[in-house]
Amino acid sequence: MKTFQYKVKDALGLHARPAGLLVKCATSCGSDITIEVNGKTANAKRLFAVMGLGVRQNDEIQINVTGASEDADCAKLQAFCGENF
Amino acid sequence: MKKITGISASKGIAIGKLTLCFSIDDKISKRNITDVDSELTRLNTAKEAAIEALNSIYLNALKRVGEKNSMIFQIHIMMIQDEDFFGAIQTRIQEEKVNAEYAVWQTGKQFSEQFAQMEDEYMRGRAADVIDITKRMIRILDKSLSNGLDNLKGCTVVAAADLMPSETVQMNPENVLAFITKEGSKSSHSAILARTMGIPAVVGLAGSFEELTDGVQVIVDGSRGEVLIEPDNEVLEDYRKQQAAFEQYQQELKLIKGTKAVTKNGIEIEINANIGHPSDVKMALENDADGIGLFRSEFLYMESSTFPSEENQFKAYQTVLQKMGGKRVIIRTLDLGADKQVPYLNLPKEDNPAMGYRAIRICLDRRELFVTQLRALLRASMFGRLAIMFPMITSVEQVIEIKSIIEQVKQDLTKEQIDFAPDFELGIMIETPASVLLSDLLAKEVDFFSIGTNDLTQYTLAVDRMNHTIANMFNPRHPAVLRMIEMTVTNGKNAGIWTGICGESAADTELTEFYVKIGVKELSVTPSSVLELKKAVQQINL
Repeated sequence: MKTFQYKVKDALGLHARPAGLLVKCATSCGSDITIEVNGKTANAKRLFAVMGLGVRQNDEIQINVTGASEDADCAKLQAFCGENF
Repeated sequence: MKKITGISASKGIAIGKLTLCFSIDDKISKRNITDVDSELTRLNTAKEAAIEALNSIYLNALKRVGEKNSMIFQIHIMMIQDEDFFGAIQTRIQEEKVNAEYAVWQTGKQFSEQFAQMEDEYMRGRAADVIDITKRMIRILDKSLSNGLDNLKGCTVVAAADLMPSETVQMNPENVLAFITKEGSKSSHSAILARTMGIPAVVGLAGSFEELTDGVQVIVDGSRGEVLIEPDNEVLEDYRKQQAAFEQYQQELKLIKGTKAVTKNGIEIEINANIGHPSDVKMALENDADGIGLFRSEFLYMESSTFPSEENQFKAYQTVLQKMGGKRVIIRTLDLGADKQVPYLNLPKEDNPAMGYRAIRICLDRRELFVTQLRALLRASMFGRLAIMFPMITSVEQVIEIKSIIEQVKQDLTKEQIDFAPDFELGIMIETPASVLLSDLLAKEVDFFSIGTNDLTQYTLAVDRMNHTIANMFNPRHPAVLRMIEMTVTNGKNAGIWTGICGESAADTELTEFYVKIGVKELSVTPSSVLELKKAVQQINL
């Protein structure tokens, strides 16, 4: 399993648009991906689950990537987070 | 005949049959089913149809409101496809052996409640999106619950409790004579759309909305905010006349297009448009504005989740200047604070924000923000006739400081070998009594004045614009305000500079003659008022 942490900079947190983009990005990855924040965990490929976390600005999220292509997927997600929120 | 009253949201009169878009909330029946597989197939077919419909709504919206505002329909598609959501509907059908409509409705309510209970206000608002997709699927499953908006027949007046974003975008303006809604305000989504399309609208009918029944004849008086149900012949006749007069007036206004605002004795006034977004330029040009008298740059800051970059600002300014093709474009620098807040500025909560940390006060305090905006503006100056103006000025020193910052920006750009126009006008907003009293001195420092009557009225009369209790005291025609305006124009004239007015009372045709008489050179108003104002100027004979 590969893991990285990311501090959300977007003023509205993971609102509908970035959450939607994240789910799209995660769905395009072969690995299993989860997001952990404030003691809650969600499947990053599920929009309702991700939005349900209620991630806010300055929240530290942890993204866990497990699977055959975890190295590449982890790098892809890391770049994606930096660009989008 | 019955008369009900709401809020006037878009002017004009419409007479026609009513299409009542009813709420489906209490019309979804629960049925027990035996054939689970065929119910799941029905559900799947509805899902695909909903996605297809949303895709075409998305593409349609993309053209009309841009990528950022259309993204919500992509989210709707993802919500329908979400395995947790869709899986929950399937499970309900399989385990409870109920019809698809009921399973969708129960699941939709459950998911929307989860959002409704969240702490974050933004996320709570997403509950409406879940209900939107839920209803979409139900209406596909049960055609008898279709709200008629998808296929309006003939021309009708559309009545709805409230119009959801997806509903407003898909409505065909050719079939809709007028909107009336139970909820909503002047600034709600449906109201803005009605004004853009130029069709009458009355919103916020509240309890009296219940008086409406499907198919009944109504008169919608958008200007008065009234709806007349089953009018008798006499009233109908009267309104037909009013409608004809209104339409004739609109036609007359169209004839004004292409003409200049010149009084009978030959004084020409520049009639410009106020805009808040680059996409508003279209409205300004359609209404034949002589230029842009006020381009509020706030949208760049309010639409963004962080400080807009120099490049983003440059592109927005460049677009407007290019589209206006050599006509003057006056861009006002950042005017945030008071009633306009953005979260990332982290402005402290103030007891009296109208007199607080706002506009030029922020810019001169947080130089880096101001310099970024000025650099973007100067770079854009190459693409048209730019003028820059500064809000909330209260002293000569502020203007001198601004000018020295601009000089510094010019030197930096020159060093970096970045082009900017050699000359562009610099002006200030006159909206505080201090700036009026100093206008003789300020006139020596700038190329023009633009009077912001909303704030000038508020500060001159000591009447808070936001305080509804004293709303009747907020009077831009108050003699004290008019004296302020006259003093400014006179001091400007004496120093050889021109003065314009960009506040709301610039559009007040009762005041047009006064403005022309004292020597105002330019009036800048909302695009839809440009032609009316040109007509008013053409009727003046001093």
